[in-house]
Amino acid sequence: MIGDCLSTALVSRFGSVDWLCWPRFDSPSIFGALLDRDREKAGYWSIAPVQAAQVQRAYIPDSKVLETHFSCRGGRAMLTDLMPVASEAYKRENLVPAHELLRQIACTEGELEIAVAFRPRADYGCAPVKIRSNSYGLRMEVGRGAYWLRSSTPIKVDDDGAGAHAVIRLKRGEVLQFSLSYAEQSPTVLPALGRRATEAIQRSVTWWQQWAAKAKYEGPYREAVVRSALALKLLAYAPSGAIAAAATTSLPERVGDTLNWDYRYCWLRDASLTIRSLLGLGYREEAESFITWLLHATRLTQPELRILYTVFGQLAPKEQNIEQLSGYYDSRPVRVGNDARHQLQLDVYGEVIEASAQYAERHGKFDRTTQKVLIGLGKYVAHNWDQPDEGIWEPRSGRENNTYSRLLCWTALDRLLALDEKGFIKGVPRAEFKRERERIREQLETRGWNAKIQSYVSTLDGDSLDAALLRIPWYGFEEADCERMKSTYRKIREDLGAGDGLLYRYRREPPEGAFGICGFWCVEHLALGGGSLEEAHNLFGRLLRYANDLGLFSEEIDPATGAALGNFPQAFTHVGLISAALTLEEQERGKSHPAVHTGSDVKATPAGEHA
Amino acid sequence: MNWGSWVIWGFAATIVLTTISAATQGLGLSRMNLPFMLGTIFTPDRDKAKLYGFGIHVMAGWVFSLIYVLIFQALGAAGWWRGIIVGLVHALFVLVVIMGLLPGLHPRMASEQHGPEAQNMLEPPGFLALHYGVQTPLAILISHAVFGAILGTFYHLK
Repeated sequence: MIGDCLSTALVSRFGSVDWLCWPRFDSPSIFGALLDRDREKAGYWSIAPVQAAQVQRAYIPDSKVLETHFSCRGGRAMLTDLMPVASEAYKRENLVPAHELLRQIACTEGELEIAVAFRPRADYGCAPVKIRSNSYGLRMEVGRGAYWLRSSTPIKVDDDGAGAHAVIRLKRGEVLQFSLSYAEQSPTVLPALGRRATEAIQRSVTWWQQWAAKAKYEGPYREAVVRSALALKLLAYAPSGAIAAAATTSLPERVGDTLNWDYRYCWLRDASLTIRSLLGLGYREEAESFITWLLHATRLTQPELRILYTVFGQLAPKEQNIEQLSGYYDSRPVRVGNDARHQLQLDVYGEVIEASAQYAERHGKFDRTTQKVLIGLGKYVAHNWDQPDEGIWEPRSGRENNTYSRLLCWTALDRLLALDEKGFIKGVPRAEFKRERERIREQLETRGWNAKIQSYVSTLDGDSLDAALLRIPWYGFEEADCERMKSTYRKIREDLGAGDGLLYRYRREPPEGAFGICGFWCVEHLALGGGSLEEAHNLFGRLLRYANDLGLFSEEIDPATGAALGNFPQAFTHVGLISAALTLEEQERGKSHPAVHTGSDVKATPAGEHA
Repeated sequence: MNWGSWVIWGFAATIVLTTISAATQGLGLSRMNLPFMLGTIFTPDRDKAKLYGFGIHVMAGWVFSLIYVLIFQALGAAGWWRGIIVGLVHALFVLVVIMGLLPGLHPRMASEQHGPEAQNMLEPPGFLALHYGVQTPLAILISHAVFGAILGTFYHLK
């Protein structure tokens, strides 16, 4: 994945851009080959040696500039892919394209032929594209915008005008450069190639490396943590501060099946872990932008919160099937928009308030408007926590009394009371919030706990399990080392274990993949006292092996093959990784856990329950 | 030019416009908050920004109402429907031109090309201010039409 905090592109191992949506994450694709076996139909842009090649790739360290190394008989080549980035100060002094994808291929050894195939397909492959050539390059008008492809070598437009191609022989030291740019509402800036492009690559590497160097993290697995932070940063939409859940739509949770959803929106479910990750790593500005987006971009629906929004805080669009695309390995339908937008998910209130509490702990008071917003959310929780809801995993089978949702409602009220006690907010209806918090606790301890199976359970009075219950200690409702949580952990591992440390989120037939973040929740649970630090490290190390060659995680992992399943890369998995690493660091250094509850809901622990 | 009539009804129309604008936010129709946007030109403090912005907005509304009455004077007639037409033209100008210019003028507003630097900035309004809610253009058109209608109805030409 490459990107510029406005949009992202996915580049295959073989040098093909198979996914690109401009001007932002949830725009229609111009290259969508990721979602159709018929690459010609969905669109791609390939630059690779004609000969069969061995491929290795890596980001330039601590950057999002991708290098793909091709080794063929007769020569080697290195392809560099990036969306150039620059500081705002640089952009004030220099004219730069609004959106640009820059590609450079250099022959590093011997001699080889490079094939370039450019096949843009507008609107997820549904609309034709007509390429016109002129002295500045190739131009395409699509919808409200215009694309320009410029190159340092001639590219021939196909007879039908729907694509362009070239085959170029390169000798050692020779370099080809290509720039695809896009603009809406203003004339396109035609980027120069040659020295300007080389400078853009260097400037981007420097920018990313400087950003990565700001990570104040000296704990274990630093490389994986920084890679995850970079992935999270790429999913952030800089103009609003929102963070998208993933870069893609409709990558299947089961290959060939229908569990294909559009994740290019912002899920409030991810809020507390996202803030935890950003603040824990020292990215205060990103955290501040995100918390502002959380509390103010969602104003149109407040005090109710939807579970997902667009990057500008609007309701995500209605779900539609793109019939023209056959899906990733025929996993139909390809969906855009998301009908989960109308679901009720009560845990998001706890997520948003917990995120705000973490932010306040580190950076002080809220203004009066924000205080009112937070109290409004708390009042909504106090009046509605006893409702059935769809819950964290957004099933489309109806509402239930989800234990995890209740836990987060308890968290919401607990954190607001804590913020009140510490003077961060004023006007909290203490008596009401305390009373409702106690009622939730009582319900969770009686109906959320199943004495027969000795475990907290997924729904009140139920007997099924949910990996999200491992979060109970993280929110401070129980200690990780209490008997109830130890027993719950054992039960979850027995029932939801997918082998090699992986975990299903819940039982489902036929099973889907193991859920990426759940493994990292296990690590945190162990590190918080549910096990030993050694066990936590051991599990963390095993989980890291399921990242792809660039250190990126998808939503799920196929336990049989280790293959990535679901949308990619997934912010939720990466914030889980970062949070687990931070917890390990905190526990090793004896630091306090920032998310552990701070309210005065001191539970009278039954004698002998703590280990 | 009837200065007294302008002072009274320009002020009244501005207050009504501000009230309608606040109501559209309260009702969840739009996140467009012109006083806040104006105030954040001078301070990042959300509470102070609203206060400063309110003052600026009232003054600006008053000044803009002068343009309305000058148009009425030039036409030689006022009336509610003329006021509505001027208000709608004004609203369209705000939505199409001013909103597009704002990210370049406002020191604390991001543009659509902002990034990857993260700073706590106001999100850009986008075309027709649609980023602040799909009903924002409607809210702006209605509030300005009412603004014009008040001036057109109550302003007395001399």
